[in-house]
Amino acid sequence: MAVSLREYRARIRSVESTKKITRAMELIAASRIIKAQQRAQSAAPYARELTRAVSAVATYSNVDHPLTTEPEESTRAAILVVTSDRGLAGAYSSSVIKEAEQLAEKLHAEGKEVDVYISGRKGVAYYSFRRREIADSWTGHSDQPTYAVAREIGEKLIAAFVKGAGNADQEELAAAEDVDVAPVQEVHVVYTRFVSMLTQEPHAVRLLPLEIVEGEEKPAEDEVLPLFEFEPGAEEVLDALLPKYVQSRIYFGLLQAAASELAARQKAMKSATDNAEELIKKYTRIANQARQAGITQEISEIVGGVNALADATAGSE
Amino acid sequence: MANTMNVALVAADRMLWSGEATVVNTRTLAGEIGIMANHTPLLSVLEPGQVDVRTVDDGHWVAAIDGGFISVANNQVSILCDNAEMSHESDFEEAKRKLDERLATEQAASGEGDED
Repeated sequence: MAVSLREYRARIRSVESTKKITRAMELIAASRIIKAQQRAQSAAPYARELTRAVSAVATYSNVDHPLTTEPEESTRAAILVVTSDRGLAGAYSSSVIKEAEQLAEKLHAEGKEVDVYISGRKGVAYYSFRRREIADSWTGHSDQPTYAVAREIGEKLIAAFVKGAGNADQEELAAAEDVDVAPVQEVHVVYTRFVSMLTQEPHAVRLLPLEIVEGEEKPAEDEVLPLFEFEPGAEEVLDALLPKYVQSRIYFGLLQAAASELAARQKAMKSATDNAEELIKKYTRIANQARQAGITQEISEIVGGVNALADATAGSE
Repeated sequence: MANTMNVALVAADRMLWSGEATVVNTRTLAGEIGIMANHTPLLSVLEPGQVDVRTVDDGHWVAAIDGGFISVANNQVSILCDNAEMSHESDFEEAKRKLDERLATEQAASGEGDED
């Protein structure tokens, strides 16, 4: 009996140290969420101004831009899947991958081939384990994405689209040819939207061709957009604006995904801590029972021994 | 009409400065441009270089930017850029050096990212 008591105590100790670890991870995730939210907030002015500028150009000029034009026929699509670099975040990565797979299936059904672009090690691991092709991947930044990464991703995806859409002018096409990507006719992004601390939902959006006007924050109804002058010209301004707009959308997606990842991790670690507490309680009870059983047995052995001794002396007299 | 306008210098990941100012000087693809209050609405592409702002209280600051846009409407001037560094001591060289450092560290970081 004493041996098993020692075993239970060892198990309690080990669960206790697990609990300490998960508790620490929970607290770290909680403090990082605040930082992630701050980062999302400080990126908001840029996104807002950019959206306003893009909608201003779109409203006041009739310039058609390759990035906004729907290609005549679409045979190949790119999906950017935003996953996490590390696990221990519950179903975070798997649910975003599931959403991406659904989208890929839908695109396949429409007769399109699908190129997968991945951000985050978990997504890379998922696809390479299944020996599926990954067009390109970016890792090592999932919980604190920088704008530079968003720009890199954006440049690549835009180049793929410019190559595939087939209505870009020579200059742009030449720039895109330098980038080593397969041409596509549409680009989708799958990321996890941060709804609240408790809810994060995987979300798929079509990034290219762009649909403007569906800005995150529309100008108020009564706010009339001023009649802008464009320098050097509307077309040049649009040329410079739209890629930035795309990059800013990607950055927005990455930031949302980072906040969601941390929230998911905090939730997962919270329930791990709760489970550890539950286990400790259970094992403590079992250990107490075992200890009590040992004591009871010892007493009954002593009592039995005393009785036997008394019987023996009574018999001899 | 007020003689001041609201100016915001916004980088992709943060707002660097916003406040009231009287003059903004910078360089677009079409050339040098100076903006004062009640400027006509304008949307323009900026060249990498300097932004020079005179604030209402006779203050002055400069910033180094790596290209971007300027939008002017209703006395609201927004300068948007990927990266920017500013100097309150009106020292463009200092701002430029900071921006170069920032870009260099970013390059280094993305270089590491490519390897894995």
